[in-house]
Amino acid sequence: MVGEFISRGFRGRGRDDPALAARTPPGQYLTKDFPVLSAGPTPHTPLSEWDFAITGTVDPPLRWTWEEFRSLPSETFTVDIHCVTKWSKLDTVWEGVSVDTLLQGVETEGMFVTAFSDGGYTTNMPLADITGGKAWVAVSYDGEPLAPEHGGPARLLVPHLYFWKSAKWVRGLEIMTRDRAGFWEQLGYHDYGDPWREQRYQGD
Amino acid sequence: MAGTTVSGRLVWLLASVSARRVETPRSITLHLKADAWPGHLPGQHVDVRLTAPDGYRAQRSYSIASAPSRGQLELTVEDLDDGEVSPYLAKELQPGDQLELRGPIGGYFTWTEADGGPLLLVAGGSGIVPLMSMLRYRHDIGSMMPTTLLYSSRAWDEIIYRDELEQFGGDKGLRVIHTLTRSQPDGWDGYTRRIDAAMLGAVAGNPAPTSLAYICGPTPLVESVANGLVLLNYAASQIKTERFGPTGG
Amino acid sequence: MGERDDDQAVRLDGNVAAGLLTELFCCEPSEAVIVCAGCGAAAPIGGLMAYALEMGAILRCPHCDTAVLRVGVAGPTRWVDMRGAASMRFSIAN
Repeated sequence: MVGEFISRGFRGRGRDDPALAARTPPGQYLTKDFPVLSAGPTPHTPLSEWDFAITGTVDPPLRWTWEEFRSLPSETFTVDIHCVTKWSKLDTVWEGVSVDTLLQGVETEGMFVTAFSDGGYTTNMPLADITGGKAWVAVSYDGEPLAPEHGGPARLLVPHLYFWKSAKWVRGLEIMTRDRAGFWEQLGYHDYGDPWREQRYQGD
Repeated sequence: MAGTTVSGRLVWLLASVSARRVETPRSITLHLKADAWPGHLPGQHVDVRLTAPDGYRAQRSYSIASAPSRGQLELTVEDLDDGEVSPYLAKELQPGDQLELRGPIGGYFTWTEADGGPLLLVAGGSGIVPLMSMLRYRHDIGSMMPTTLLYSSRAWDEIIYRDELEQFGGDKGLRVIHTLTRSQPDGWDGYTRRIDAAMLGAVAGNPAPTSLAYICGPTPLVESVANGLVLLNYAASQIKTERFGPTGG
Repeated sequence: MGERDDDQAVRLDGNVAAGLLTELFCCEPSEAVIVCAGCGAAAPIGGLMAYALEMGAILRCPHCDTAVLRVGVAGPTRWVDMRGAASMRFSIAN
C-alpha cells in the first residue's frame, strides 16, 4: 500500500513546461533560483594566499597565483547546469579560464583527473571530459565575481556532468593514470555522472 | 510515550488529515490521524514525503506541534514563498486527504520534566513549533518548572499560537516574552527589536547549573542567540539548537 | 553576528539527520556520542553540524569541522563513512 501512494494534487515544481522539456534531462525540474549545496563550511582563503595548481603525472607541475591566473585569457560562456538533487538551471552565464588554456603544452600519460578544493572536497572524472572546450575554471557568475557560497573565488565548471563534478572553491587539478573516487563518489555517487543517462549513483 | 525513540526501524505511515486550522496569514496547522502512530516526545519531528503521479518525490522534516499528552499529531506549517512541500501542505491539502510520514524522529532536541530545568525557550517565527509541543506538555502535566519563552515575530498577527500562549500566561512559573521586529500594534510596550545580547541578558541572565536552553528558528537567529547565551555563562552542553534551513520548504 | 558568515544558509544541526540515521542504526542515534578523530572532542550526533542533506548527510565536528560521519544516499542504498570518528557510543538501554 505505502510505496504506491500518490499525493493528490502534487506535481513537484517546474516540471511541466513542454517548451523546455527537450533541454531538461530525465528526472530533473527547472528552477530559476540558484540553490546552494555545500558539504562543509565555506572556506575563506585570502586571494594573496590563493593559487591554482596542476599536479600529478604532469611534467612540469604548474602553479598560478591569483594575479597570474586572472591575467590568463578568459572567456564568457552560457551553459545549462544539472544538479543530482534534481534541479536544472538553463542559460547560466559564466566567465572563466578554459581548462584547455591551463593544460596548454602539458605532457601527461594520465587519463583521469581529480579536482581538489579548499576544505578537502574532491571529485574525479576522465581527463577527456575537461578538455576540448568542455570545462572551465570560473571566476564570475552573471557578471559578478563568483560569490563564496557558489564556490568563489573560483570553481570548476563541467556543465555536461552533474553539478557535484563542478567543484566549488577549486584549487587545482591532479592528473592521474588511474581513476580515484572523490568525495561524493566514495559515498555512492556515480564516477562519471552523465545527467542525460541519469547516472546519479554507482551502478546506474 | 516513553520508549518511542528506541522503537527500531522507521517506517512510512499513511496519515489522514482530520482538520486544518489557520494560525496566521502565513501558517496553518494540520491535524493528522495515523493508525500506527507510536506517540512522541515534545520537540521531536516527522519526515513528510510527497509523491507525484510520475513517481517524483520530495521530502522535508516538520516539527510536531502537539503535546504527546493529547494523543494527537499536529504539524504547523509555514507557507514559504519558495518552497515545494510547504505550499502543498499549507494550501493544497484538505481534510480527508492522505499524507505519507515517518517518525517520531530526533531524541536530542526534546524535553520532558525528567530532563530538569529551569527552562529557557527561544523561538524565531515558526521555530516556535517544537517549543510549543514542550509548553503544551508542560501545561498538560501541570509542571511548575520555571520556564521562560522568548519569542521573536515580525508582527502581532504573525505570532503563531498567540491566544493559547496568552492563556498559558497564567500557568505557574511560566513567563512569555514577545518581541515584534517589524511592526507593533498601538500601545505595544514590549520589545521591538531582534533578539540581542542585552535582551538575552535581561531575560535569561544568571543561568543555574541545571538550566537548559532550547533555541529554534532561522539559522542567523539560532546562532546569534546561542553565542549570546555562551557569553551569559551557559555551558555548551546546556544549549540545544534546531536551525531551520532555507531548504526547509 | 556581525562576523562574516556565508554558511548560515547551509549549516544545520545534526538532529535534522535523525531520520536518515535511524535507517542505519539499531536505535535513534541523535544522542549517540561521537569522538572526533581530528581533535578528540566528543559531541552528541544531534549537536554536530549537518551539511548536504540533499545528497545524504555530512556531519561535522562543531569544534574543528572534521567530517566525523558521512552518509551518501544513493537511491535505496546508504553509503556510510566514519573514518573521521575515533569512536561512537550509544546506549541500548531504555
